[in-house]
Amino acid sequence: MSQPAMINRYRWYELIGIYAGIFLFLSFILAPFVEGFLVSLKPLSLLFSSPYRFWPENGSFEAYRTMWVSVPGFARYIFNSFLISTVVTVVVLLLVVPSAYAFARFKFRGSAALLAAFLAVNMFSGAVLLIPLFRLMRSLGVLNTYFAMIVPGVAFLIPSAIWLLRTYMMRIPRELDEAALVDGASHIYTLCRVILPIAMPGIAVVAITTFIGSYAQQFIFALTFNSKTEYMPLPIGLYAYFGRQEVVWNELMAASFVGIAPAVIVIFYLQRYLVSGLTAGAVKQ
Amino acid sequence: MGVRRSTVIFAWILLLPAVLYVTVIVAYPLVDTFVLSFTNASLKKTTNWVGTANYEKIFNGTFAEVIVRTFVWTTFSVAIKMIIGTFGALMLNAAVPGRALFRVLTMPPWIVPMAIGIFMWGWMYNGQFGMISGMLQNWGLVDGPVAFLAHGSTAFWATIITDVWIGVPMVTLYMLASMQAIPQDLYEAAWTDGAGRFYRFRRITLPLLVPAMITMSMLSLIATFNSFDIIWILTQGGPNGDTTTMIIDTYRTAIGSKKYGEGAARAVLICIFLSIFCVAYFRVTHRLASGEHR
Repeated sequence: MSQPAMINRYRWYELIGIYAGIFLFLSFILAPFVEGFLVSLKPLSLLFSSPYRFWPENGSFEAYRTMWVSVPGFARYIFNSFLISTVVTVVVLLLVVPSAYAFARFKFRGSAALLAAFLAVNMFSGAVLLIPLFRLMRSLGVLNTYFAMIVPGVAFLIPSAIWLLRTYMMRIPRELDEAALVDGASHIYTLCRVILPIAMPGIAVVAITTFIGSYAQQFIFALTFNSKTEYMPLPIGLYAYFGRQEVVWNELMAASFVGIAPAVIVIFYLQRYLVSGLTAGAVKQ
Repeated sequence: MGVRRSTVIFAWILLLPAVLYVTVIVAYPLVDTFVLSFTNASLKKTTNWVGTANYEKIFNGTFAEVIVRTFVWTTFSVAIKMIIGTFGALMLNAAVPGRALFRVLTMPPWIVPMAIGIFMWGWMYNGQFGMISGMLQNWGLVDGPVAFLAHGSTAFWATIITDVWIGVPMVTLYMLASMQAIPQDLYEAAWTDGAGRFYRFRRITLPLLVPAMITMSMLSLIATFNSFDIIWILTQGGPNGDTTTMIIDTYRTAIGSKKYGEGAARAVLICIFLSIFCVAYFRVTHRLASGEHR
């Protein structure tokens, strides 16, 4: 008799309850995407008519073609978003991998306080510090360049990246680095050749969450620090579909789906790592 | 055994780049905000000290109202996020076929760039042609079109619901992870003693989830307090300032009207509130962590 199997057996009304609960929950989560997709299939004349109709009658993928014509720069916005997020992720990793290792392995005076200080940075969003950041970007002369969106972006993603990676590295047995050190390897060699290869899955998780975070936070930095069309990332670029008289909603939705498709594909492919990474950060305590 | 000096130096070398970066991009602006809040800095070339004038202006104006509104907005948003997120986690924790897929389907609001999800909500709230107003009319629940973002009270709740939608995946996944960390043998022991499902939930799951719920609520509180994109894209703080939170008001004053000094004073107040939350968070999680070894 296997207990776990028995304990998890549901009666039929319990099953119905659970599925109904899941359906309700996922409806809330997915409704905007379903509606957004159906909108992208509807012609504008149908969208701007009453009464409201949920299903697209004589719907087509026309908007997915016209969106490129009405906003010719759209491909550039997607490229910009990817470029900014990629550079941010690379810089964050370069800064965070050594620090996470230091926090995971070395206890010295002030290390706990320093870690707490990093975590405190997490509490402040870029929005609170926009005024001095704006002045700082201006005096560095990087307003209206990619750097204006990259430089502040990196700073606010460092803390959670350090926290996640530190947690991961603490689970790597200490005996591994001690053995290497006893064998006469230098600290640097131990970090690069012993720890880094083992920490790769953790680093991958940090890279993904940083990439997502960077994609999400572009809006406010781009809104405030950049006014050049050619450097606009996707979230701001979508405003191009807000016409003078009306918003071209079907093209806006089509563009949204095209814009997020590459990121979503990559992320769904890697989602197994993502959940395990989140869990690692969560169950720590 | 003391820590060798060379080791400490090595540790600092590893930490230095990140520490320097955060000092320049976060710590310095923090100090600068504080300094600016005592000046009349603007686009003009000259900047003068004005003492506490900016703060006096804040408290003589409508800012007290903004503070109260921010707290109400944040409280409702966090509470609803926690309720829906915990409910979702409970459902997804059930061992039913398809749960792996359901878990993946929870993530999109969190993964998709925030602005895009918000645009979609903006359409759903559209008064004349939007989905919510349209559905309500088709079902005969309202007579005419409802422009959710055009009226203060509905705009207030509309922005909260969108904020909840963006925050729920994180809460759900966190609560799910915490549920799965509860030792299975507790359930088996209770089951052997004849405890029913609801009894096990009330006596095992719920009490053991309390620490995770407190931790998540506080993290969520801080994130929600900082929420900017949602309100900015949906209403820009309108109508009539009914969705203007502290962050929005700061942005309008500083970036919109270019009154850096007055904006900085508002930012300082936000920082004070955030610091209080931050200290509370560290205290509470510390106590929870030590309480686990009872």
